[in-house]
Amino acid sequence: MIDVAVVAFTQRQEAAISGESEVEFMVPLMEQAKASVGLTQSDMGFTCSGSSDFLAGQAFSFVMTIDGTGPVPPISESHVEQDGAWALYEAWVKIQCGGIDTAFVYSYGKSSPGSVRDVLATQMDPYYVCPLWPDSYAIEALAARLMLEGGHVSESRLAEIAARSRASAASNPHAVRSDPKSVADILAEDYAIDPLRPSDLPAEADGGCAVVLATGDRARELCERPAWIRGMDHRGDAHTLGVRDLTSSASARLAAHHAGVAGDKIDLAELYGPFTTSEHLLIEALDLDEDSTAVNPSGGALAAHTMMASGLIRIGEAASRIWRGDGDRAVAHATSGPCLQQNMVCVLEGD
Amino acid sequence: MSADRSTALDPLAAPAALSAPVTLPEALAGAEPVESVCTPIRMTYTYTPGRALSRYLRAMADKRILGERCGATGQVFVPPRGVSPLAGAATSEVVELADTGYVESFNITRVPIERRPDLKPPYCSAWIVLDGASVGFLGLVINIAPEEVRIGMRVRAVWKPDEELETSAANILGWEPTGEPDEVITDYERIGRVDASDP
Repeated sequence: MIDVAVVAFTQRQEAAISGESEVEFMVPLMEQAKASVGLTQSDMGFTCSGSSDFLAGQAFSFVMTIDGTGPVPPISESHVEQDGAWALYEAWVKIQCGGIDTAFVYSYGKSSPGSVRDVLATQMDPYYVCPLWPDSYAIEALAARLMLEGGHVSESRLAEIAARSRASAASNPHAVRSDPKSVADILAEDYAIDPLRPSDLPAEADGGCAVVLATGDRARELCERPAWIRGMDHRGDAHTLGVRDLTSSASARLAAHHAGVAGDKIDLAELYGPFTTSEHLLIEALDLDEDSTAVNPSGGALAAHTMMASGLIRIGEAASRIWRGDGDRAVAHATSGPCLQQNMVCVLEGD
Repeated sequence: MSADRSTALDPLAAPAALSAPVTLPEALAGAEPVESVCTPIRMTYTYTPGRALSRYLRAMADKRILGERCGATGQVFVPPRGVSPLAGAATSEVVELADTGYVESFNITRVPIERRPDLKPPYCSAWIVLDGASVGFLGLVINIAPEEVRIGMRVRAVWKPDEELETSAANILGWEPTGEPDEVITDYERIGRVDASDP
C-alpha cells in the first residue's frame, strides 16, 4: 500500500452564495489549496471532483467548473456525481495504481437555487417512492420516530448533540449556525417536523472545498505534519427504506471496521451527520467514546451542510487538526443517500 | 469440469422468481394489470448566472457584447464565465467587443425542433468569432439563403428593436452578412483557437 496524506485543504460555506457561479467561487479555493503547498495544476498527477446536476439544475454542470483547474492542455481528470469524499476515494485508488505522487480533489454544491429537500427526494426509487415526493427531512423524521419510540435515543440526547454542535461551531468561521443554545432552550423549540426540532436539522449552505493529496516523501516535503490516510472504506445499505433497520447504521459499522477505527484511541471524529439523529447513530456505529474523542470539533454538518462537499470537508477538518497537532489519530466520515444509506470512513494519523 | 457446469447457474436464464407463475390473491383476481406508470417530475430553481454572465446579460440590454480577457495569455472569451480555462484562473479584464465577426463553421438544419416553431427549416447555425474574441460562439445566420453561407463570411448582429431589449442573449435575433470581403482563413487549426502549448 502506498502511503497517502492530506496536505492541503480550503473551504467556503455560506447560507447562500447567490452572486457568484460555482466556478467563480471555486477558483479562489482551488488556487489557495494548491498555493498553500507551493503547487500548481501542472504538478497534479490526477484531479477528481464531486458535484450534482440535480442541485445545479443543469446537465453536465461540472464541466464549467473544470475550467477553474486550467484543463488546457488536457489533464488527467474524473468526476463523481457524489460527495467529494468519494472523489477523494477515487484519487486515493488512482494513487494506489502507481505512477503519480499528487492528486487534487474538489467538490461543491449550491442548494439555495432550488429546494434541497425536494431535490433529495429524486434520489429515491423512481417508481414507488419518488412520485410521492417524500422530502429528506420528513424521511429522517420517520427514522427519528422509530428511534424514539424504540428507546434507541431520547429527545434530550438529540438536544445535547445539537447544543454541542452549536458550541463547537462558535470557533468555526465557516459555520452557518453557531449561536449557542442550551439543551433546555433546544428542547423548548417547537417541532419543525415532528419529532425533529429546528436544531435537529442541518444548517443548509452553499459552498465548496479543495484538498491536495500527496504520497510518502512528497507529502513530507509539502507539509510539516501530513495527515496520513491509514484506512478508508465505504459501504452501502439497501436503497429501499422498508427493508432497512433505520435505528442503526450497519454500513457505517462495517466501513468503520474495515477502515480500522478500533485499532487505537481516536482523538477526534468529524462525522457527516446531517441530523442529530444521524450523528447519534454514527457515534454508536463507530463505537466512539465521547469522553476521549472530540466529536465534530468543527460543529459538523449540523452547523453548515453543504451538499456534495460536507463529506470532503469532514476529511479536511480532521486533517487540518492533525497538522496543527490537535490530535494524533482522527476519523472522518462521509455519507450519501437517505438516512445514512452510504457511508465512508477514513482514519487519519499524524507521525 | 462438466459436473461443475451442470450445477452452475446459467447467467442468462431469468431468475426463478420472475419466470414462476404469479398467483394473485382472490381480491385482485379480476384486476387489470398495471403495464406502465407515468410519474412526472418537476423542480423549480431560481438560477443566478454569476458575476461574469450577469454583467454580460446586463450589457446585452444596451446592445453591447462583453467578453473577458485572460491575464496570463491575453485571450478574450465570450460569453465570459469569469475564468480562463487555459490559465485555470479568474479572468483579469472586461472587454467590450464589436457586434461584427466572421463565420468560423456552420451547419444547415433541415429538421424542425418541437416547441421551436420560430426556427423554420432550413436554417443555418454558425460558430461566429467576434472581432477581438479568441473563441467563437453560437448564433443563427439570417437574411441570406442557408446555401450561400460560407466559412470566413463577415457578419454583423441583428438586434431586436430597442423597445423589446431585455437582459438576454435573445436580443440578438441572428447574424446577417455585412457584404465585406471574406476573412481569409489559411490555417484552420489556429483560427479562433486557444494556444494548446504548455502555458
